[in-house]
Amino acid sequence: MTPLHPPALSGEDVHRIHWVLGTDRLLAVCHCGAQREFEDPVELWDWLLGHPEDHRPGPASESAPASTPQPRHAAFA
Amino acid sequence: MTAFVRDQWYVAAYGREVGRELLGRTVLGEPILLYRTEDGRAVAMSERCVHRRFPLSQAPSRLDGDRVVCGYHGFTYGTDGGCVSVPGQQRIPRTARLKTYPVVEQDSFVWVWIGNREPGDTLPPRATWMDSPDYTVVSGMEPIDGDYGLLVDNLMDLSHETYLHGGYIGTPEVAETPITTEVDDTAGIVHVSRHMDDAECPPFYAKSTGIEGRITRWQDIEYHAPCLYLLHSRIAPVGAPGPNPDGSDPHAFHVEVVYGITPSTEKTTYDFWAVARDFALDDQDVTEFLRGNNHTVVMQDVVALNVLQKSLDTEPAGYQELSINIDTGGLAARRILARLAQEGAAKQARTVAR
Repeated sequence: MTPLHPPALSGEDVHRIHWVLGTDRLLAVCHCGAQREFEDPVELWDWLLGHPEDHRPGPASESAPASTPQPRHAAFA
Repeated sequence: MTAFVRDQWYVAAYGREVGRELLGRTVLGEPILLYRTEDGRAVAMSERCVHRRFPLSQAPSRLDGDRVVCGYHGFTYGTDGGCVSVPGQQRIPRTARLKTYPVVEQDSFVWVWIGNREPGDTLPPRATWMDSPDYTVVSGMEPIDGDYGLLVDNLMDLSHETYLHGGYIGTPEVAETPITTEVDDTAGIVHVSRHMDDAECPPFYAKSTGIEGRITRWQDIEYHAPCLYLLHSRIAPVGAPGPNPDGSDPHAFHVEVVYGITPSTEKTTYDFWAVARDFALDDQDVTEFLRGNNHTVVMQDVVALNVLQKSLDTEPAGYQELSINIDTGGLAARRILARLAQEGAAKQARTVAR
């Protein structure tokens, strides 16, 4: 699987949505760890915000960021 | 329309706009008068005289020391909004008082708090580049005849650069490169990242940085709903080393694009825009180039959004839109704004009911 983009936000309630490279699909990752792929961002948001309904924890690959360091942004602190 | 979000800080002006002349701005439908006291403090209060609602920013209204004198009948107000003088009588009516607004001057902006409660410890989000000695900034403000949600939509999806801003900041790779979106619902922050490994260098960056070949171009959007939008833009020649683990990044050029998105009325918006760069700090030619070029880009958006608002006004209620992958960040912003507006409205309803 293509390495996922490293996380930028560090809060506890962060939803992440990765555009799966080379496809038209979006991978939604809930803060609870549940993951699901979608082709429609509206359906994706309905599912993410519907937590915990239909959210089963998936593989924890999302928590292992790619290794590219990020430039420092003061506002992220 | 996009609902207003109350109990928030909004950019009302640049610090340089607020002085010893009276300035009027309408924020979230509230007419606000801004000026600076003789000791340099920015103050904000209702811009309408309590007597006959004359606009206090309009001549012949004027400042007398730190007091505002209405140009119609001479009602005079102190910096606390209290009326200190009315024409022809000694008694000043008890209700002769202008509403005042909490003000914070930060990062070259004058922020005002619009809400039903006091801000307490809540401060505006930061845009430290705006007055940092390590950056040179060009900035301006353009009014938009459109719902502020249209500007949020516009800025959250930069794939429009390829089409609306081609030849300026847009190149084919922007629309072609997938994005990653992160949303911190509790903090009200949306982050959208688009990293282009090998892209054409658009004139905006080629002429300002001197890079002639292809570039790696990173766009990291950080939207602090509802008012502050930051675009961290990183430009480097293809093959240049990336950032160091400590965050330093000496081989790249950095541009921090800052927007204050301030709803004025339901269908008008203040577009405060700024471009801060960490290179060629003293090069006046680069400054003037970026000022002119970015103003052109901003006006391309303004014209497009004005047209879009007019067009939407002709649509029947409940018109349909279609969202695709590029809209993921914009949809997140819309949902956060809707939630914040709903929470603000609920608080207001509870206050009224008491």
